[in-house]
Amino acid sequence: MDKGLTLQDVRISKNGAPMVSLDWHIGPGQVLSVMGPSGVGKSTLLSFVTGTLPPAFAATGRVLLDGRDVTDAAPHQRMIGILFQDDLLFPHLSVGENLAFGLRPGGSRSQRRAKVDAALAEVDLAGFADRDPATLSGGQKARVALMRMLLSDPCALLLDEAFSRLDAALRAQVRDLVFARARDRDLPVLMVTHDAEDAAAAGGAVVTLG
Amino acid sequence: MPGRLVTRRRLLPVLPALTLVAMLGPVVAGLYGTVLPAFGHLPAAGLTGPSLEAMRGLFDWPGLPRAVTLSLTTGITTTAIALAIVMGLVAGWSGTAAFRALERALSPLLSVPHAAAAFGLAFLIAPSGWVARATSPWLTGWDRPPDLLIVQDTWGLTMTAGLVIKEIPFLLLMTLAALGQTDAPRARTIAASLGYGRVTGWLKCVFPRVYAQIRLPVYVVLAYGMSVVDVAVILGPNTPPPLSVQIVRWMGEPDFAARLLANAGALLQLALVIAALAVWRLAEGVVAWAGRRWIATGGRFCGDRAIAATALGLSATAAFAIAGGIAVLVVWSFAGFWGFPDAMPDALTLKNWMRHAAGLGDALTQTAVIAISVTAVALVLTIGCLEAEHRHGLRMTRRGMWLLYLPLIIPQTAFLPGLQTLLLNAGADTGQAPVMLAHLVFVLPYVYLSLADPFRAWDVRNATVAAALGASPDRVLWRVRLPMLLRPLLTATAIGLSVSVGQYLPTLLIGGGRVSTLTTEAVALASGGDRRAIATYGLMQTAAALVPFALALGIPALIWRNRKGLQHG
Amino acid sequence: MKYLALLAAVAATPAWSQADPADWDAVTSAAQGQTVFWNAWGGSTTTNDFIAWVGERVAEDYGVTLEHVKLTDTADAVTRVLSEKQAGTDTDGAIDMIWINGANFAAMKEADLLFGPFAEQLPNWQYVDVDGKTVQTDFTVPVEGYESPWAMAQVVFVYDSADMEPLGSMQAILDWSTANPGRFTYPQPPDFLGTTFLKQVLVDTLDDPSVLQSPATDENYDTVTAPLWDYLYALTPTLWREGRAYPATGTAMFPLIADAELDLSISFSPGAASTAIANSELPDTVRTFVLDKGTIGNASFVAIPYNSGSAEGAMVVANFLMSPEAQARAQDPDVLGYGTVLDMDKLDADQRAAFDALELGVATLSPAELGTVQAEPHPSWMTRIADDWVTRYGVAQ
Repeated sequence: MDKGLTLQDVRISKNGAPMVSLDWHIGPGQVLSVMGPSGVGKSTLLSFVTGTLPPAFAATGRVLLDGRDVTDAAPHQRMIGILFQDDLLFPHLSVGENLAFGLRPGGSRSQRRAKVDAALAEVDLAGFADRDPATLSGGQKARVALMRMLLSDPCALLLDEAFSRLDAALRAQVRDLVFARARDRDLPVLMVTHDAEDAAAAGGAVVTLG
Repeated sequence: MPGRLVTRRRLLPVLPALTLVAMLGPVVAGLYGTVLPAFGHLPAAGLTGPSLEAMRGLFDWPGLPRAVTLSLTTGITTTAIALAIVMGLVAGWSGTAAFRALERALSPLLSVPHAAAAFGLAFLIAPSGWVARATSPWLTGWDRPPDLLIVQDTWGLTMTAGLVIKEIPFLLLMTLAALGQTDAPRARTIAASLGYGRVTGWLKCVFPRVYAQIRLPVYVVLAYGMSVVDVAVILGPNTPPPLSVQIVRWMGEPDFAARLLANAGALLQLALVIAALAVWRLAEGVVAWAGRRWIATGGRFCGDRAIAATALGLSATAAFAIAGGIAVLVVWSFAGFWGFPDAMPDALTLKNWMRHAAGLGDALTQTAVIAISVTAVALVLTIGCLEAEHRHGLRMTRRGMWLLYLPLIIPQTAFLPGLQTLLLNAGADTGQAPVMLAHLVFVLPYVYLSLADPFRAWDVRNATVAAALGASPDRVLWRVRLPMLLRPLLTATAIGLSVSVGQYLPTLLIGGGRVSTLTTEAVALASGGDRRAIATYGLMQTAAALVPFALALGIPALIWRNRKGLQHG
Repeated sequence: MKYLALLAAVAATPAWSQADPADWDAVTSAAQGQTVFWNAWGGSTTTNDFIAWVGERVAEDYGVTLEHVKLTDTADAVTRVLSEKQAGTDTDGAIDMIWINGANFAAMKEADLLFGPFAEQLPNWQYVDVDGKTVQTDFTVPVEGYESPWAMAQVVFVYDSADMEPLGSMQAILDWSTANPGRFTYPQPPDFLGTTFLKQVLVDTLDDPSVLQSPATDENYDTVTAPLWDYLYALTPTLWREGRAYPATGTAMFPLIADAELDLSISFSPGAASTAIANSELPDTVRTFVLDKGTIGNASFVAIPYNSGSAEGAMVVANFLMSPEAQARAQDPDVLGYGTVLDMDKLDADQRAAFDALELGVATLSPAELGTVQAEPHPSWMTRIADDWVTRYGVAQ
């Protein structure tokens, strides 16, 4: 059994033209940074991994997660979490409801509530459960989005330019938080970025596309 | 559980096809049912064609030249005037405070049913209307209404006016939706920096792009204006009436020969609309050619101020005509004796409302049952289509858009008579269910058109995130996508309801007289001329169409009062 | 004669399943729980209210549900039955009862589209004034029990006494209209009342109107109707809107009188003007008059289509419409102001008292003042005159 996220001979083409080709294994707690200019297919690679590749693209190769082949699994059955550059908190749900949405089913109401509160406390947002996400600051939203994703117990983490919307001071802080939490949970991380600073902070291998 | 999943997977991709059948099936069947009797083939009456008898009868009808002329002039004039006003208005005023005020005023007016707006206009501008009452005798010197042929005038001018005031809000909203995709503000800035006047710059840079987007809605207005029945019955001439009204009359005659005439007339109506569309298309080419030459001249101004002022004045007049019409309906519905030239009735009374309470209640119930069922089905089909597009990539093509507009462009009078004949031949029970199917033909396109853009504009990364959090596609749809789209969903619902509430001809012809909605009752009252009864029914009809819009605005504001992220948009 | 008609009806309706009208108990028990779709013109609020009241009463007494299908034109109902027959819908058609006019009655009877005979077997037929009122012929067509009468109508002219005096003949009306242009009009034929106006002109201007009792022929039509077209040629330019538009119906002229656009109009219901005054639809200076030589009158009937699924319920309604209770209510000017079809001498004292207690209303002429009733011409005249009118005036000049 091979823990971690494996991209086995992945090749993505658009309308027959090759775009991305990658063969890599990301071990637990490791980060692979994929860099390259915009339009080169970084986000397309992530959509292949999450199972939401748009119909215009064709892909070959396999995605293995902890040895399990998830290439043909439905997106919601892959257990791969993702963070985008926008927080994408659901605007119709409160902060607590957003977290509960991520939390795997099971447990009593009070147990679930306790887990949500604990997750908020972990990122210094205790007491924010009933808040409207739209009233949060950028850094707070990023932390809620991270915790929502972690509550769903993912086996791998994808970062799609996840820090590019944050200003410089906040950016380092959130980035450190994300990497720390991923390391704590031994998650393999696949990060797509156009920012060398992100790649440097990640400390792992760097692949440049294009 | 797995079984259910399998059926789901099979059902969703079928929905787009089912939607097309629901929308186009009755149209195609109706046209088929029209063509046969038009050429003398009506086995039910023991007639087997083909024969040209009905066509000959139609061309022998002495009123034909005028009826055809009326159909053409009202349709083309309505479209040209409404389009010119809306384009002038957007060119001269978009982005200003006056424009936003007018936009806010016109949007609810869009939902006022055509029949109610037509009654209101008649009660305003007839020789004994409110305008004459308010200005007599002190200004006009009239102590009796002047003997002027205003309503039901021979040339159909009042009918045209009634259509124009209703089409302005429609075209304006369509234009606003199109503007979002045309990058108009930057084009305007560039044009202004090159020294072009506001209107000229807009007409030269933005209009071609906008027109390409609103072409289909313009065709809808043209076809509708040529074939409308309820507005024509209320405001149109009678000596002879426009072709569409005559078709409906023939349908109502106790003689099968008249039914053949009606179907022949329906076919002629279709040919007229197609011809008018072709002429309009040619005119588009001519305008484009002339426009290019005009652009090449480099002129910076062309009476910009005059155009902007005229357009604003005319659209404000249209808004006032509808709003004033509703106001005069309110007064009449409470009026005791109200002689000319008194500006207000002798007394205000609740008697009219009490007298009609039972009838209004019945008609309202019938209207609501039909509108709610039809809109619910339309929503399910529309959401199903859009979700299938999202999940399976079944995207609608440009040709698909044409199909969507087809039921709105093919005149109702062309296929509903045939559909009624077919239903009768098939021995299908008349009544509510067939009426609902007929309503669906018209409700579906509007619900689809109103929901498709917001549904597609929804950020699909939300779906990716939710799926990454372990939510199944159904859970994503029900728990994330639809709640976030509550506002456009309710707007689409309100549009669906108001379209159904306003349907006259499908209810009349397919319902076989057994289905009485507020609209059929109100138009039936037109011939009796009882203004108090007309006013109560017209108002109730307006309320039935307007209240859902108010709810569509109010409900999200209430539900999302603590959700800043959803309060706009 | 009746026997023959019955035979014809049986032959025309192979799916004869309705109860025998003569067995009234069977009729009422079959009627219990039935829904009767009564197709009647829906343009008049007072009529609609009356029909709603009839519905309440038959529901109370017989358990019959009455649904008023409001039509803009009763011909719609006839079309429907005809279409159903052609489509083979011989049972449970959409229509159970029609408020029918003479031309449509003639057409439907001719085409075997009617249920019956039933009218003369109804219990309340005993009160009907068979001798004094035209209830056994409809536009010269023998009724033979295929429709049942429920109201008497007679042409009256409605005028505003504040502006003019009563007139005695059609010629006088023409002279007055010439002197006061724009103050008179009539509903647009083929509207029933509009066509009646044309017939009234013809009846009043002909020296001997008896020729109208026989069907029109190609030979005599032009000669007989010439005075009518001459009259219209002179009248039309003096009409409201110079005859370029006409009101759709009789009731549509009431608001025109109320607004003083018109001073003179025509009605087929002697009490309608009083009723309209009571409903503040007409000013209280409005009165009515009839012509010196009398005016056209006829009865209003209801008929039952051959394929009604609720013929028993429809008979119960038809019978109730002829009851002294319903007739007295219909004659009340505050309700309808329609003339009764009953013979006062056949009623008992209590029943008659209900009629005697009625205040006929300021604008309603007494039976004596209504004078001679002129017979309706044969329907063939009406059809041809209406068609001709449409060609001459209805499709523009």
